[in-house]
Amino acid sequence: MAIAVFVVFVALVLAVSTHTSRKARSVGGYFVANSSIHWGVNGIAFAGGYLSVASFLGICGLIAFFGYDGFLYSIGFLAGWIVALFVIAEPMKRMGTFTFSDALNRKFSRPGIQLAAGLSVLVVSLFYLVPQMVGAGVLVEPLLGIPHYWGVIIVGTVVILIVAGGGMTSTTYVQFFNGGLLLTFATILTIAVLARGVHTADLPSEEGTQGLESYRFEETAIDLSGDIPQVALPYARVTGRHAVIDRHTGKESLVFYRVERPYPAVEGVDQTWSAIIMGRTVSFDSPPPDGYPWRFDQPYGRPVVMVNQWWLLDKDRGVLVETQNRTILPDGNSLVNGGPESASNRLRQMGYVSQIPEDYGESTGSVGPVRLLSILSDRSTVVQRPMHTAFTDETGEQITIYYEKPTSGDVFMRPGLMFPLEAREGEPAFTTLLNRLNFISLMLALFFGTSALPHILIRYYTVPSAEAARKSTIVAIAGIGLFYILTMYLGVGALASGAINPETSNMSAPLLARSFGEVLFAMISGIAFTTVLATVSGLIMAASGAVAHDLMGNLMRREFSDRSKVLTGRVVAIVVGVIGIVLGIAFRDMNVSFLVGWAFAVAASANLPSLLFMLFWKKTTAPGIIASILVGIILSVGLILLSPDMWARYGLDPAGAPMPINQPGIVSIPLSFITLVLVSLATQKKRPASA
Amino acid sequence: MTQHVSASEAAYERRKTVIGVRMTVLYSIVYGGFVVLSVFRPALMGARALFGLNLAVAYGLGLILIAILFALVYNHLCRTPSAGGIPKDTPGT
Repeated sequence: MAIAVFVVFVALVLAVSTHTSRKARSVGGYFVANSSIHWGVNGIAFAGGYLSVASFLGICGLIAFFGYDGFLYSIGFLAGWIVALFVIAEPMKRMGTFTFSDALNRKFSRPGIQLAAGLSVLVVSLFYLVPQMVGAGVLVEPLLGIPHYWGVIIVGTVVILIVAGGGMTSTTYVQFFNGGLLLTFATILTIAVLARGVHTADLPSEEGTQGLESYRFEETAIDLSGDIPQVALPYARVTGRHAVIDRHTGKESLVFYRVERPYPAVEGVDQTWSAIIMGRTVSFDSPPPDGYPWRFDQPYGRPVVMVNQWWLLDKDRGVLVETQNRTILPDGNSLVNGGPESASNRLRQMGYVSQIPEDYGESTGSVGPVRLLSILSDRSTVVQRPMHTAFTDETGEQITIYYEKPTSGDVFMRPGLMFPLEAREGEPAFTTLLNRLNFISLMLALFFGTSALPHILIRYYTVPSAEAARKSTIVAIAGIGLFYILTMYLGVGALASGAINPETSNMSAPLLARSFGEVLFAMISGIAFTTVLATVSGLIMAASGAVAHDLMGNLMRREFSDRSKVLTGRVVAIVVGVIGIVLGIAFRDMNVSFLVGWAFAVAASANLPSLLFMLFWKKTTAPGIIASILVGIILSVGLILLSPDMWARYGLDPAGAPMPINQPGIVSIPLSFITLVLVSLATQKKRPASA
Repeated sequence: MTQHVSASEAAYERRKTVIGVRMTVLYSIVYGGFVVLSVFRPALMGARALFGLNLAVAYGLGLILIAILFALVYNHLCRTPSAGGIPKDTPGT
């Protein structure tokens, strides 16, 4: 069904694109939809283009995993629109005709400005494009059951058809369509979450679902007094131990025991036996291939398969708590929960609310929007968050353990779980300071980045007047604000419904939808694709304008006719689309959400200082603007390349990275501002001696 | 096209700019307060504030709702210029 919805959506999108392509022959038609879009449509299109998969799937997933810290992105992503509305929207519209570099250059008419601005649009668009394309690929694998690269290729091709064919008009209507769908279905899902309420006893996700269902982990007593720990499960024995050492205190923060335990086995065909493990049917070869960690026995007269699993020690209560694991064997094959991975043996969904305030008993029943958040942030509420830890054991098995961590409601619903802001035991003061700076840096980039994103800036030119630009920005703020409030409910709803795939946070919203039935699941999956299409087409449109209008248009001003400008725009759209496809496949393992945070930092550093100063500081000069843009790009991109996250990606020790924090904004944004001021002062008409 | 901008229109634009800048500064202060509290008093963010919500949730949702409210107020202020008429939509290029 998900495939059917996807095909229908793509067909609709292409139909719109074909219908509008006739309007895209002139320069104004292709690049700015003849500036004839109604402000209401433009406002929803703003929302549809701005709300990327990072907002939709990424934030919901982060909230499901980390609680309030995911919502910080929602707050920052929206707050940036205030800058967009109050200081950027109307002047941009009044001063430019096609691209924001037109507006920047209006006072000065220096090709250098347009070249620098065009270059920065290209860089930011590409930074933003990669995570969107990767996201497209990540989505198709679980949703449609086709390989990652096909997702990237399909999205890339459809977007090229949209942009190269219909230009800004079709891009606008695709974004409008997506914005409407996103708002409608996020509202429906939120109402469903509120109607369901919170249950501590039963798990809604088990009902009528065919994929990853949620599972309540078992507990067993453990006696640690002897040399070898004894567990209270019949015929089970401890076969291994793994401890996670705290980096700062040197103490064991988590202890896991590997426990070999019997499961009744039934003989199948071809020397295989099957057993039910965690409610899944698992098939085992007999005898096991060399080095495979299971064996057969008859401890109580019936055949059993002895399977190794990992349990988490709860020291306070003296019990072991069952966990899930994925083990990659040295030969590359994957085991799930001790048995070979297969269509029927997959990781179970995780997450639930194990305790709510006493007045409610086991279930809250339907609740209102304020009540739900109040229950979840209560001190006596306990949520079970999915966590994982990975290590390689002495035999070369790569083991990832997925366990649930009880977290009280008041900690879950305030900042700190993803961005550690409080000093932890044994942590050097400098580390705490860096953590805090990293957080401030991110919030700064989100606040200043939004209004400088190229695919947002181009949308000021699709409406007829400055007033319409203002009104459409207000519609965007209302729509996007509503959506971000809903992300909170989708995120906590996924956790409370046990709808979390412990391996990928991005699937939380679709899996939440599936817990309400296949129809909603299919719709949400389809919308996830239109979200990618809408954002990517906006980015490619911006890149196309930047190259055709700013870079080429300025370099060959004389001989560049309107007709060839449109043709160049179309060719650039195809080229950038193909680059996007290649990068989307190459960076398939990239984390989607933090790359988006970086794109904001680059946009805020490169574009915003010149935009603001040109509007509000009379002494701004052309060299000042050019220097600020270039310094912004080079610093932000450079600091990202030298950051601990990138160091880890190069295979080096993150602690050795030259830049101690991941978010460059706190350094690159102020320096870009300072550069603009200094260079402008140095290049005033009554020029002082300095260069 | 608005080649010659009348004096009243220029005054109207200036007034809008002043309102916009003031509202941006005001919002920045509220947003900055949120960031500062999160960084330096995270435990306080877990305390009960409004309607049974803790401070973090109330402040966070508040920031979104205030943004929407500010947007509507700004639009209202822009619609009633003190001098001159409301600039009519100019046709596109």
